[in-house]
Amino acid sequence: MIEIENLHKQFGHHRVLRGVSLTIAEGQFLTLFGPNGAGKTTLLKIIATLSRPTRGHVRLNGYELRSDWTEARRALGMVSHQSLLYPDLTLHENLHFFARLYAVPDAEQRIQQVLNQVGLAHRAHDPVRTFSRGMVQRATIARAILHDPLILLLDEPFTGLDEGAAERFADLLAETARRGRTIIMTTHNLEQGLALCDRVAILTEGKIVYDAPRDAHTLDEWRAFYRRYVGGAHA
Amino acid sequence: MREYVRAALLIAAKDMRIEWRSREILSIMALFGVLAIFIFNFALDLSPVDRRAVTPGLLWVMILFAALLGLNRSFAREQDQAAVAALMLVPVDRSAIYVGKFLSTFLFLVAVEVVVVPLFAAMFTVSIPLLMLVPLLLGTLGIAIIGTLFAAMSTNTRLRDVLLPVLVMPLLVPVVIAGVNTGRIIMDGNSLWQEGRRWLLILAAFDVLFFTVSVLLFDFVLEE
Repeated sequence: MIEIENLHKQFGHHRVLRGVSLTIAEGQFLTLFGPNGAGKTTLLKIIATLSRPTRGHVRLNGYELRSDWTEARRALGMVSHQSLLYPDLTLHENLHFFARLYAVPDAEQRIQQVLNQVGLAHRAHDPVRTFSRGMVQRATIARAILHDPLILLLDEPFTGLDEGAAERFADLLAETARRGRTIIMTTHNLEQGLALCDRVAILTEGKIVYDAPRDAHTLDEWRAFYRRYVGGAHA
Repeated sequence: MREYVRAALLIAAKDMRIEWRSREILSIMALFGVLAIFIFNFALDLSPVDRRAVTPGLLWVMILFAALLGLNRSFAREQDQAAVAALMLVPVDRSAIYVGKFLSTFLFLVAVEVVVVPLFAAMFTVSIPLLMLVPLLLGTLGIAIIGTLFAAMSTNTRLRDVLLPVLVMPLLVPVVIAGVNTGRIIMDGNSLWQEGRRWLLILAAFDVLFFTVSVLLFDFVLEE
């Protein structure tokens, strides 16, 4: 469960988040839409403890982000449009490194399990820099789920993926969601975002301007909301 | 505490593995050191007396400049695919990242010194006593301590290649002064303990003070 309470973030005079409050129940998949510069990445970075809020609170599974950061971070996995991997190391070396940092029990077995899950077992011993964009993104999710986190943060994970790679990646996410993980995903792609989630929020100018279950509206209605709050380009 | 030390060692080992594969940092630093030795050697025509007075200074200038080249790359590697964010997500105090990066930087600098210091001695025909290891190691620790912190600070800036030397060099002045003075005392054949004690204490105090400050500040350096 993620509880966000009156979250503010300011860079100098620029107010990126202006009082965001959200509660995301355990096992819920929330897609966060918003125009560029709305504060989506900043919000995810704060939840991931990568950035400090100017004001407000975040609790992950009851753990206060600032004081119980060990437990909060243990519960977190993050995927962004960058891989967060070392290109000069092989995928196996990357996963082995992070497995040891997270003290994953039976690390080798778990690495094989996630490699099979993301379909990259055959490339495990190749350097990550030799991977295609789609493979890098699958490798990224392998790293993110390696320690079996309860919460996954996905920051525009479909960026740069072709149609086939996006489909495979979506299947992987759907499977992760089915396993009861709490997921927040930001995306600019309305159809992809709606296909995976069970709740939608729209962030504009640092505020949540709309928040509803996905089934509350038809696709056409969501398109209309998207055009109104985000802009028409991707709807 | 065990997890903290383990994380730091894992990060240092990871850096060494990457370096073993790419040889990016070591080769650049060593090549710079060798070139600097040749240039100094051709540019300066030193008498034996001058040599003893000048070579400790030349040695430290060469080590400092070579280190600056490597320091820039050390943290750039963490930023290539934002891998530092993955390290920041690990449930261990973030100063462990600093300690790990510091360790690998220190070991890289020592590896370069193993190559360039004997070459330096041969080219300038000076004998560098084993005792010189004491100020060299203390000074190298200081360079790695300050360099790692400021490399992390400057890595996200547009001017990082220029910014790092500008930030680091003024802070390393005490290390260079103390290193050069202990070097002169040793090369003149005087007792390091009797005459160079205060310089060694300055080096040691510098290392302890800045290591503590760096560990305490590192979390703030990393976060936006």
